[in-house]
Amino acid sequence: MLLLQEAAHGAAALAEGNGFTPVLPWLIVGLPLLGFVLNGLLSVMAARRALPTLPPVGDPYYDHAHDDHGHAAAAPSLAPAHVHAAVGAGEPSEQESLDHGTDAHPVDRAAARDEAHAVHDAHAVHDASHDAHGHDAHDDHAPAGPKPFTHTLPSLIAPGVLIGSFVLAVLNFLAMKNAGEGARLAIAEGWSWMPVGYLHVDAALQLDPLSILMTLIITGVGSLIHVFSIGYMKEDPGYPRYMAYLNLFVFFMLMLVLGSSYPVMFVGWEGVGLCSYLLIGFWFREKANADAGKKAFIVNRIGDFGFLVAMMLLFWNVGALDFATVNQSLLARGSGIEFAGPVITAIALFFFLGAAGKSAQIPLYIWLPDAMAGPTPVSALIHAATMVTAGVYLVVRSSVIYTMAPAASLVVALVGALTAIFAASIGLKQWDIKKVLAYSTVSQLGFMFAAVGMGAYVAGVFHLMTHAFFKACLFLGSGAVIHAMHHALHSTHNPADAQDMRNMGGLRKYLPVTFVTMGVSTLAIAGVPPFAGFFSKDEIIGAAWLGAEGSSHLSRASLFGVSGAAWMGAIGVILSIAAFMTAFYMGRMMLYTFFGDNRTGDQERRHLHEGDWTLTLPLIVLGALAVVGGFLNVEPHVPIVQLFNFGQGEALHHWLHPVLAGSDDVIAQNVGRLEEPEHSWVPIGLAIAIGLGGLALAAAMLGRRRLQTADVQPAFQGGVEKTLYNKWYVDELYDRVVVKPVGGLSRLFARFDMGVLDWIVDLFGRLAQMFGIAFGRLQTGQVNTYAFVLIVGVLIVLGSFVAL
Amino acid sequence: MNEIPLSYSLGLSAILFGIGVAGVIVRRNAIVLFMCVELMLNAVNLAFVALSPYAGVEGQVFVFFVIAVAAAEAAVGLAIMIAVFRHRESVDMKNFSLLRW
Repeated sequence: MLLLQEAAHGAAALAEGNGFTPVLPWLIVGLPLLGFVLNGLLSVMAARRALPTLPPVGDPYYDHAHDDHGHAAAAPSLAPAHVHAAVGAGEPSEQESLDHGTDAHPVDRAAARDEAHAVHDAHAVHDASHDAHGHDAHDDHAPAGPKPFTHTLPSLIAPGVLIGSFVLAVLNFLAMKNAGEGARLAIAEGWSWMPVGYLHVDAALQLDPLSILMTLIITGVGSLIHVFSIGYMKEDPGYPRYMAYLNLFVFFMLMLVLGSSYPVMFVGWEGVGLCSYLLIGFWFREKANADAGKKAFIVNRIGDFGFLVAMMLLFWNVGALDFATVNQSLLARGSGIEFAGPVITAIALFFFLGAAGKSAQIPLYIWLPDAMAGPTPVSALIHAATMVTAGVYLVVRSSVIYTMAPAASLVVALVGALTAIFAASIGLKQWDIKKVLAYSTVSQLGFMFAAVGMGAYVAGVFHLMTHAFFKACLFLGSGAVIHAMHHALHSTHNPADAQDMRNMGGLRKYLPVTFVTMGVSTLAIAGVPPFAGFFSKDEIIGAAWLGAEGSSHLSRASLFGVSGAAWMGAIGVILSIAAFMTAFYMGRMMLYTFFGDNRTGDQERRHLHEGDWTLTLPLIVLGALAVVGGFLNVEPHVPIVQLFNFGQGEALHHWLHPVLAGSDDVIAQNVGRLEEPEHSWVPIGLAIAIGLGGLALAAAMLGRRRLQTADVQPAFQGGVEKTLYNKWYVDELYDRVVVKPVGGLSRLFARFDMGVLDWIVDLFGRLAQMFGIAFGRLQTGQVNTYAFVLIVGVLIVLGSFVAL
Repeated sequence: MNEIPLSYSLGLSAILFGIGVAGVIVRRNAIVLFMCVELMLNAVNLAFVALSPYAGVEGQVFVFFVIAVAAAEAAVGLAIMIAVFRHRESVDMKNFSLLRW
């Protein structure tokens, strides 16, 4: 009811046409938090229910059952089955111990239900351990009987709150759209969070064109992925926990993009890191998954250190931390911070360190491929569509800072471009379908950073948005493939890896919907017009070409003595090669997965089929967005697509203009007017050639190739392939250069700690002991002696009073 | 009527207190020890009373408190002694070194 009133209120504001009043802004972030609380409670209940039901003390069967454990499968009637179900995780006998019909030990109905649940839990663990690569192993066998409410309610709550948030975001978007361009900013004050000295940080939300765009992406794509998660995860024993984490993630992500100051953003920043850790290590019973979570967390800490230092520098030099005040202070002349000075450059570089950690840029990208250990919808939501783009968002949000620090901007662009080509080269030779997509994500994030580093903030955000569509679609598609593969392999107890592309092939006949949607997304990411990725990627590479021609504010800046224009030319070349590689590896992935003959196995093939609607609907929606998403920001003079364009053309440019006005002011103040670039057809033609050429090369080189399954086909042939397959040995290098020395140093410190410091502490302990023994001799136990000492003492005190 | 000089009273008090102290230090018998403690208390009482014409009546009030405490102390102390005697068949302080480490 309240919602409707607020909506009506918003509509009234709409009618006026100038002011913008946010519609229940706190509820946008509050709903996912509510979902987290509810799902968290459910997961606690489910966990309690799955606890082993211990028999009463003195149960004569209990010890007996324990001794007989190994034989329980042969003689289930001898032992109380529920004990086995609880303690027998990993044993192949849990199916047999389900047999309570012949159980001599009477088990009441509730205990039987618990037991079924515990068996199910144990069975999933068994699955994970028997599967060679284990990840994404989830149980396709429905547990006996109807599912408990703890496993049905999250299916309603988790997507429900997200859809609610999405609706609110749309209402806010519409209200903002109808407000005048100058009035598209509202700050929803919460409370005063940190009033310490000169530091005043409010817990407040900032709704402006950029944050509302991010909110729409997060809640929109997030809703679809939540729906997908129902189909993908509902059989997992940890389903409510999964949904709780996912909701918590969305809450923190919304705090990140909606926060009105750097500290509030940092809360979200850390929160999403935490949720990423929790969800990467979701199947934590396997050490590899838990390690991947730890790796992500630790690598992100390095970046967060940069974020913190940048915030402190900012506060030290500007005296405020909320976006509005920071931008005003920086734009005011005589603020003490000079254009391209060391202070602003340091701030920008430290912020970029934070962004590089969160968004997986060189040198901190190593955690993202490992993050694929999490469930596939998590990879789609956190490690492709939303969280990893937080760094891009940070740079765009700090556009004034970066525009004032041209050298730092060029560093950002250069690192982005190098990441783009480096990750793309690794993606060329991965066999794990999710690893291909992971390196593709790193590479595409590199494109975004190259864009925002070159000052093409809109192009970066545009690519962020289209990437969220097609990469989420690709990840969910790979999830659907893995789901089907796992189901097929599981039904014949085949231990082959469900994620290895060598075991797939020809899946387009079995998974038509997945094939079409993933195919569309592949065309989008490869840069084939008129799909979404073409326009966004073309805009980024185009920005590099334009900068090289001298029509960017960075063209006249210099880094390491080389002019910005030359750098941008190099970046344009690097990005073009990376785009070509992108098209190639995506084509390779599609060929190996969906074309050719099926290599899954004759028995398994019969079990390959599409999932239910929760798996296909998000794919279809995201696939459609991957087709049309690019038209949002088409330049008006592109003739072919003028028909599709919304109104005036370059809609995103106009939409984001208020956010980037500050950066334009900086350019006008310090660089002067930039000449309008001339539009040339060559870059666009080149972009089309790159996209189609990469795909065509993949088809020509690999289309005829007959692959064997993973246990026969070698992973690589020759030195270059080996290097690419092993990811340029960067993990090994880091292990040698960072991890091992840190470990050695830690061992050294540990020995110092135990040998020297502990010795000193022990020394004081031993001294006290010795004193105790020595003075203990004075204790005679004779009252007379004590009285004598007492009197002597009194006499001394009195005597000293008299004497003094 | 000749008054007893203050110095006499205080001197007697000091002597009594000294005897009490000496007894506490020297004697081993627990009963005698108690008596010596009582002696010290009463020496203090005497000093209080002797000084009360000069220092006010509070000293005499204090004496009543001291007497009350001394009575209580004697009762508790003798009870302890009896308990110890039942246990050890002795009231010689040499045998009681329970407070020792």
